[in-house]
This record gives sequence, C-alpha cells and structure tokens, in this order.
Amino acid sequence: MTHVRRSPEDIAANRARYEEHQRKGLEFAPKALPEASLLPAPEIAADKIIHREVIPGGWYWSTHIRKNEIFRVSLDHGFSTVSLVAWSAADTSERLNLPDTVKMQWTTALGKGRVIFSDMGRVMFSVTEDSSGAHDGLMGGSTFTSNAAKYGDGTRNTRDNLILLATKAGLDKRDIPSVLALFAPVRVDQDGAFLWKPELLHGHDYVELRAEMDMILGFSNCPHPLDPDPAYRPNPVTVTRMAAAKLADDDLCRTATAEAVRGFENNTLATM
Amino acid sequence: MTDFIQTAPGRTLENTMQDHFIAAEAPFSTVIRRGQTVRIEDTYGQQAIDTLFYNATDFSERYSNQDTMREQGAAYISTGTKVVSNEGRVMLTMTADSCGRHDTSAGACSCESNTVRFGHGTRYLHACRDNFVLEVSKHGMNKRDVVPNINFFMNVPIEPSGKMTIVDGISAPGDYVELKAEMDVLLVISNCPQINNPCNGFDPTPVRVLVWDSEA
Repeated sequence: MTHVRRSPEDIAANRARYEEHQRKGLEFAPKALPEASLLPAPEIAADKIIHREVIPGGWYWSTHIRKNEIFRVSLDHGFSTVSLVAWSAADTSERLNLPDTVKMQWTTALGKGRVIFSDMGRVMFSVTEDSSGAHDGLMGGSTFTSNAAKYGDGTRNTRDNLILLATKAGLDKRDIPSVLALFAPVRVDQDGAFLWKPELLHGHDYVELRAEMDMILGFSNCPHPLDPDPAYRPNPVTVTRMAAAKLADDDLCRTATAEAVRGFENNTLATM
Repeated sequence: MTDFIQTAPGRTLENTMQDHFIAAEAPFSTVIRRGQTVRIEDTYGQQAIDTLFYNATDFSERYSNQDTMREQGAAYISTGTKVVSNEGRVMLTMTADSCGRHDTSAGACSCESNTVRFGHGTRYLHACRDNFVLEVSKHGMNKRDVVPNINFFMNVPIEPSGKMTIVDGISAPGDYVELKAEMDVLLVISNCPQINNPCNGFDPTPVRVLVWDSEA
C-alpha cells in the first residue's frame, strides 16, 4: 500500500507545538488553580434557592438547569457517591464527554477551577466550589451485575437509574454518556490499577457546578463500584439549585487555563 | 511494514476469512462473528487505532469504556482483558497482545476537541470522531451512537496525581492485538489522522485487520 510519509520537518514542528501545549497544561495551568473550598459549606441565602431536592439513597433525579445557574451537591447526611450525566437542552445529541474533559485538561483530577466539557468542545460546567477534589471521571457507576456481585440481588444501581431518567427525558439508553462520579476518591497507580483513597474526603464535602449552557441534568445516588463498604447503605444527598449570579470578567474557571479559555470561546460562538 | 507474524499454527495468511488494509487516516467497519478471532495490526508501528464495537444484532448494545475499566480494575487493557458492553456482557476477549499498552480513557480526537487542545486553527483537520460518524452512519447510526472508544497502541499514562498526557507510542512495526469475539460484533475503526499529538508519531500510517474462523 502506498503511503506518503510526512516530512521530518513537519513532524518536528508538530512535536514542538504539542510539547509547548503539554508544558503549559502540566506546569503552568495547575499553578493558576485555587485551593479546595473550605468546610463547612457556607449557608445559601433563602432568596437564592430555586429548588432543593434530597435524593434518597439508591435513587435518581433529573432536572433542567439554565445557563449561569449553580447547583450544589452536598453530603449533608453523610457519605455517598453521586453519579452525574448531562445533555444540552438545545440539542440532546450534545452531552457530557469525560474522555475529552480529562484529556483536554491534561488531568483526571477534576476539582475547583476546572471545567467539564461536552463532546462538541464546549464547556458544560465550571467547578466553582469543591471541598474534596475527589471525583471519578474514569470508571463510572454501578450496574445490576456489579451490585449483584457485591451485595446480592435487589439493590438499586446507577445504570438502571440512568436508563429510567433518560427515558423520562425522551431519550433512551443509547444516549447515556459515561458518568462523572462525584465524591468517589478514585486514583490510578503506576500500573494503571484503580485505588480508592478515602483520606481525600472530609465527611461533609460539597461541590458547586455552574451551568454554562441550558441543560438536562441526571443524578444517581448509588455506591461507587470501588466503595469498600460491604453493606449497601447510600445516604441521602442534597442538590440545591441556585439562581444565576453575575459573572466577574476575570471569573476563575473561565480564565485559569488556555483550554478553558478556548472552550468558552466555543460556547460564545455557539450562542451568537 | 513487516512480514506477517504467525501467532498460531492454524492461523495463516492463506486461511483468513477477512484481510483488510486500512489506509492512513481512513475509517473502516466489518462484522466479526462469534468465535472468530480478529487481529488488529499496527503495520508500520506507532499508529493509534481508534476502535468501537457494537452488538451486530442490536446496536444499542455497544462498547463501554467505563464498564471495561471497572471489570479490569485498571485503566489500561492488554491480554486477558474482557471487552465489556453497556449491558455488562463480554463482547470480546483479548487473547494476544505484542505491545502491552493500550488506552481506553482518552477517547477519540475530534475537530471540536482539537480547537480546545491545540487552538482554533486546528479545527479543519481530519479527526477520528468525524471518521466514526461517517462509518456508523453506513449502519443507520449517528453521532449519538459514537461512544468513548478503545485506542489500540496509544500510550496514555495516568499518574497517581491525575496527570495525563499522550506520549510516544511503544508499538513496533507488525505489533498486533488479537481478540476473540464472544458475540457477533460490528467492528468500527478510525485509523487515527491526528497530527497534533504523538499518538501516531505525527505521521499516520496504514494498518491491517485480519479475521480467522474459530478452527484456526
């Protein structure tokens, strides 16, 4: 098969450009990021609250959210893991994309100051507050099979929860993206094996995500597959939807990294 | 490229059921029947081969990178890996791997993600997500059906800190993976055209796909 190889000069130029992006992403961007949010989480003024939902252990919930509104997910009732999925309300074929999110930001450690991307190179969420930085964008939620192996039959799982909430939003199981598991302290060792590091959590952690487009959100409150607790006992979690606040010009999440800046430029182009 | 490397006495070039070369940067698809073994060969070395699998009789069942990583308990895949569907079933089993390192956490390049990673000037470059959309559209699917994939021969180390970069591939010319199909699957490949990162040494090359029946 004939194949024209690229010239050594082209290859060298592309490599140099990649290494420059890599250096900025790995060395400079993390220095621009803030420290984790302090605990306890501040009270939310009553007039800012649009809705507060307590999702029982094992259950799911979905809601619409408007651009610039913020929602807080908080472990007010003790530890639990919350799986999150999202679709653009304007076009549900645009959805959460975790491989793009971790690859584009050069890290699987998603925390305060980072952003979460769609498959169309646009920012869906800014992580405006986060007390733990202990989230899992890699291995995702539980299934009937993974729960049955761990707890026996009869426990609710994230996969079935997501089928239910997607279907009620007029979508189907083909539309379910990979899930972001909030409060899942997953890390990867040198050989690629997953580790569960509970020391990254504090007890009553919280995270706040600002919507950067109108979206449908889905939540599943089931134990993460790596959760070492042999008993199935997810606690309720609180999701608080807050009114939009005016953004500062130097908003941290929008300016901290070159990748976020370009992602927000894509958002702007899409809304013109 | 190199000469054919024989991996089992019965598996020769003469008794293949399918033998395809995929041009550099091109998409490809074919059906692998249950019991057949497919070899995906990095003919020239250092080429990322972006791959998806669908249940050939029900495309709503498809490869799931999260389920596959959960089942392995690890981010990388190699010999012995079970390729798991969104229904939690084993689609294929990796039976041989001469390279030892493949990614399934970084997904496929796209015109849109390239703008974020490398600047808006890279939008109009051929990308894997476009290849996938074109190829699955031949089978009645669309962008909704393009899910996170396997990147055979792509080297994406993840450190305990979370640090994640695409680095030079370690595959040599002729390196291969072999997978035994546990159900009839539609195999979809984008032979990665990415020239903005080292997944293919900035120089995409052709690859080869071979299929043998179960007796071979």
